Amino acid sequence: MYVAVKGGEKAIDNAHAWLAEERRGDTAVAALSVAQIRQQLALAVNRVMAEGSLYDPDLAALAIKQARGDLIEAIFLIRAYRTTLPRFGGSAPVDTDAMVCDRRVSATFKDAPGGQVLGPTFDYTHRLLDFKLAADGEVPAVPQAPIQTAPTPHIMSFLDREDLIQSEPVGPETPPDLTRTPLELPADRALRLQALTRGDEGFILGMAYSTQRGYARNHAFVAELRIGAVAVEMDIPELGFAIEIGEVTLTECETVNQFQGSKTQPPQFTRGYGLVFGMTERKAISMALVDRALRWKELGEDNLGAPAQDEEFVLYHADNIQATGFLEHIKLPHYVDFQSELELIRKLRREAQTMQEAAQ
Amino acid sequence: MQVTALEGGFGNAPIDSAHAFRGVMNAMARPGTIHDLAGATPPAPLSVAAGVVLLTLCDPDTPVFLAPSRDTQALRDWITFHTGAPFSGPDQAVFAVGAWDELPLTSFPIGTSQYPDRSTTLIVELPALDNTGATLRGPGIAESAQLSLPDLAPLQGNATLFPLGLDFMFTCQSRLAALPRTTKVS
Amino acid sequence: MNMMIDPNTDRKAWMGLLAKACAADLARYWERFGAMPDHVLLRAPEIGGVMVRGRAGAVGAAFNLGEMTVTRCSVKLADGAVGHAYVQGRDKDKALQAALIDALMQTAAAPQIEARILAPLRDTIAAVKATRAAKAAATKVEFFTMMRGED
Repeated sequence: MYVAVKGGEKAIDNAHAWLAEERRGDTAVAALSVAQIRQQLALAVNRVMAEGSLYDPDLAALAIKQARGDLIEAIFLIRAYRTTLPRFGGSAPVDTDAMVCDRRVSATFKDAPGGQVLGPTFDYTHRLLDFKLAADGEVPAVPQAPIQTAPTPHIMSFLDREDLIQSEPVGPETPPDLTRTPLELPADRALRLQALTRGDEGFILGMAYSTQRGYARNHAFVAELRIGAVAVEMDIPELGFAIEIGEVTLTECETVNQFQGSKTQPPQFTRGYGLVFGMTERKAISMALVDRALRWKELGEDNLGAPAQDEEFVLYHADNIQATGFLEHIKLPHYVDFQSELELIRKLRREAQTMQEAAQ
Repeated sequence: MQVTALEGGFGNAPIDSAHAFRGVMNAMARPGTIHDLAGATPPAPLSVAAGVVLLTLCDPDTPVFLAPSRDTQALRDWITFHTGAPFSGPDQAVFAVGAWDELPLTSFPIGTSQYPDRSTTLIVELPALDNTGATLRGPGIAESAQLSLPDLAPLQGNATLFPLGLDFMFTCQSRLAALPRTTKVS
Repeated sequence: MNMMIDPNTDRKAWMGLLAKACAADLARYWERFGAMPDHVLLRAPEIGGVMVRGRAGAVGAAFNLGEMTVTRCSVKLADGAVGHAYVQGRDKDKALQAALIDALMQTAAAPQIEARILAPLRDTIAAVKATRAAKAAATKVEFFTMMRGED
């Protein structure tokens, strides 16, 4: 007989105490500061901010420390904290044209006005382990060059001028927010982009990769990838005008994709869009590809039945906190549920046995 | 915005709003009981109780409808500065404030069967509020309670809509009582 | 379209500067400035979030990108000047100092605040940005065309 139980408080307290000790590790090794994580594990911090949906590098670094480096657990902590914040309002849409770019590359236009700037990229490194880092080697001084002051307009704007690329429809100034009202399908593009930008990097990457391998292939080129700081501006009612309330680093990816043309429109390129908190290049490119795949209906394409075209499949499975919450809950006590299963299977076996004996 | 709009908010927002929330919660949980609210001084003609309720429950996600007698620039500014709540017509309102005879009861959303909570909570400013008059029965009331309601028929009709319907708060100076949609009045 | 000069340009600039300034820098300059003017809190420093928005395709419909932490504060000085602050992050001292500075900038103390607090903050931010831009410029690609086919 299995029964519902309570208890375990002492065991839980002791488990938490041990967790804290394990988190700290060997005390002969110096403790890791939040500032060190923020500075030296910046890309982990960026991922936690992007998927935690909260831009605050100090909090993200603290979450990573508390979660012992488990980034999904850290994202969970940030999501939980986020819900405690009163919402002051919404910003004006950020102007990525005015981004101060640390990095800006185009795979389609070699001579992009404003130039191609590599920034601090892993690209072109040899992916060989650098044992000098293990020995805490000093970093040599970084070369500097005269600052370019020329503007860096979006490359898409040149295609737009020639009408070679599909224009983007405008929408309401206050977009729907899936953190405030439950997600209902069909979702408009604003909701899809919000779900993608906070979605799990691995999931979005896998979905994007599937489109490249032929599941709703959309022939994406990275027209432009830019990383840098943009100012965030918000209307302040008590002032009666808008002010800058801060600055965030963003990664933006615009893809240019094939389009056959339709009965009403001559052939035009189409586009996918990725915009993500922090320096999060893989995620932004993935987001653009999945965004493009999800647009099949509005662009008059066929539904090929590919996973990346399936709005319900993508949007309901992209969130790693929802996913991990449901997945991990099955390890928690289900004694009562399981007891009924046990009783059922015993009963079925008894019945089968009785029938078998009767048949003999 | 005039300086007066910036004054009169909670002096200690976390503590004051927690006290106020408890008052509002108890008023809703025990229909007919009268509670004193304090901590805010809104611009006239809004009552202290209505002002405290707005500061406690409103934020940028809760559109507010102001009936004509309460729709002044000073009050709009005060609500904007202290809560960030936007203003709307009755059809979008999450909260509505006004005197009884100026609130268009049939124009407010009463929720949907999927989301009964997507309905308006009305804050009705009364010239007097005491435990006399109509009889209240239902959840949160041991036997029956008395409350000086402004009318009977519309409130009886509202209760028949359950689980849809409107929820009412009645305010007079610093006093608050509530009538959720679950309460039967006679 | 109003072609007149925006009367709020200066105030927007200093409020934006204070929003983005490093809290430790601001605290240091504020302490060195040395005055804590008499004031009442119209809104005590409060930590919250602002939903940051982007546009689909950088030009289309707005969408919600995620929130950022912001701390706000409003004060009134003894002479009646009202100061507001919305600053990035969760530092309540920074928000209070920014609100006091916003109020003081509307008084006779403005030139001193400008010289002893705002100007150094502006210089610090500009220097950091310039260094980053110079490093970025050094990674700008110069292409050399090896061969160009015509058929």
